[in-house]
Amino acid sequence: MSALSSPRLGRRRAVAGVRRPGVGAVYRWELRKLRAQKRTYLGLGAAMLVPLIFIVALVSSSGGPDEVPFGRFVRETGLAIPLVGLLFSSIWLFPLIASLVAGDIVASEDNHGTLKTILTRSTERWQIFVAKLLATLTYTFAALVLFVSIGLVIGGLIWGFDPLTSLTGTTIPTGRAILLIGAAALAYSIPLMAIASIAFLLSTITHNSAGAVVGTLILSFMMQLLAVISGLDFMRPYLLSEQFDAWQGLLREPTDWAPIGHAAWVSACYAVPALGWAFVAFLRRDVAG
Amino acid sequence: MSTGAAASGEPAIQARGLVKRYGRITAVDHVDLTVSAGDVYGYLGPNGAGKTTTLRMALGLITPDAGTIKLFGRDPRVEGVSALDGIAGFVEAPRFYPYLTGRTNLELVAALDGGNAAARIDDALDVVELADRARDKVGGYSHGMRQRLGLAGALLRDPRLLILDEPATGLDPGGMRDMRRLIRRLADQGMTVLLSSHLMGEVEELCDRVVIISSGRVRYEGALDDLIATTSGRYELRTTDDDRAAAIARAQRGIEDTSRDGHGLSFTAEEPTAAALSIALGEAGIGIAALVPRTATLEELFFRMTEEDADADAVTVAVARAGATGEGAAAVAEEMRA
Repeated sequence: MSALSSPRLGRRRAVAGVRRPGVGAVYRWELRKLRAQKRTYLGLGAAMLVPLIFIVALVSSSGGPDEVPFGRFVRETGLAIPLVGLLFSSIWLFPLIASLVAGDIVASEDNHGTLKTILTRSTERWQIFVAKLLATLTYTFAALVLFVSIGLVIGGLIWGFDPLTSLTGTTIPTGRAILLIGAAALAYSIPLMAIASIAFLLSTITHNSAGAVVGTLILSFMMQLLAVISGLDFMRPYLLSEQFDAWQGLLREPTDWAPIGHAAWVSACYAVPALGWAFVAFLRRDVAG
Repeated sequence: MSTGAAASGEPAIQARGLVKRYGRITAVDHVDLTVSAGDVYGYLGPNGAGKTTTLRMALGLITPDAGTIKLFGRDPRVEGVSALDGIAGFVEAPRFYPYLTGRTNLELVAALDGGNAAARIDDALDVVELADRARDKVGGYSHGMRQRLGLAGALLRDPRLLILDEPATGLDPGGMRDMRRLIRRLADQGMTVLLSSHLMGEVEELCDRVVIISSGRVRYEGALDDLIATTSGRYELRTTDDDRAAAIARAQRGIEDTSRDGHGLSFTAEEPTAAALSIALGEAGIGIAALVPRTATLEELFFRMTEEDADADAVTVAVARAGATGEGAAAVAEEMRA
């Protein structure tokens, strides 16, 4: 450090008011941090790979998932591929993809000791919290879009983009079907964001990435287990895992909005308390590590 | 950055009755301290004394259980990060994202600072001599390089108050010298520096005021010169007959605290009394090999204050563990002291 003669540092300055960064600036840096981390690509890679594996399995065998909605049509039109993929992926893939980043985004700051670095700058804690949450939701949604797009494009290239048969037996023209697939992804993202919110909470309060990821997965599996236990049927409508099928209402004619509305408020019942708790914990916590 | 606080003459840091507890442990126990603008202020204490906890409270990272700490008159608990305007530094080791380059890390913290922080990155990298490694990932940096990057990150805020926790840790001797020079230069330019350090030489060289903290409590706060001056009047004496010299010294009016050690004796006295002793020794036929006024070093004073305190704490803990009261407590305490 012999370059002590730099004239521009350490001089007394004519001080003006500080122009503080907004949430947008912090959000952009959170995305940049995500882009620089391997686990981000692990999640996005899984979102790309799983539909490809599903397609390869269909190509290399004659059987199909006939028992699930749209399963009978997977070799008739590529438009059915992403929809069947969504049905299977709610079990473990998307909870895992979401929790990979949501469970890590705060806890990794603890692990690296970098919370003290960012909390002693000119950005308020709530701004950092909101930016991290937005970055988490952005990543989760990007993984979902990637998953659906890969399934749609590759499935369409192999089996064509023929019209889709709705769950009520009517024919949906290709253009409208693609729009409905996009809408289905949006509806699917509602419970997925709730899962991400729970992982975000665990990340905030456990300060431990692995604990937050595993905790979220255990919670997700538990809900799926509760859903299949007979005698606990009364709980089923209120389990987060059940809300992943709400998008099917869009693929009926006429459109059935009830399951989507139900999924929205049930998901909110999980997400809002989780985020509220995480917010208070993040704002009040002592950064002592 | 607001000039209002500085113009109003508010202290750079003012803590009053600051308390932080972790369960039954009181990490910071009613600490008062005042760092005036322009001070280079040494913050000394053994590990676990509460230094870092105090610094964390100053930077708003942890909340005090009682008391207040203000930076240029602004309380981070009340005003949030705006109370940190013009404040920079790091506690414990500076931490950065290992998967980003040094420059990208600085760009990130500059983005969180806003203002013109980003425009200072090149200069900050030059000052800490990291420009040639700025495009390497921080994960590959040595500890010393991370320390320097931490200082660069602090300089981006163009601070009026720089809080540095063991900044020379991990630096080689040349790096430590350069770090001291840099701190000196920044202080000469009017920057207030709060320097937490274990290196007494560094503190003696750089600081004009110090606080010594032990077991969460302030043992001394004030000018370093005043602290050193409390030990003036002490002399070391070596003679041709130390036993007789000690007897004469003890008999001499105005000489106190006479003690013997393997190298001679030492005593406390005013300068004329020490001169009179030398004459008395000559008249008694005792040759004086050396009569040296001796001032305690900061290190000696530090150990004297903190080890006395540690001993007292050990007694308190032993008494508490024994569940003793009254005479029992006195007995345990006596045994511990013995």
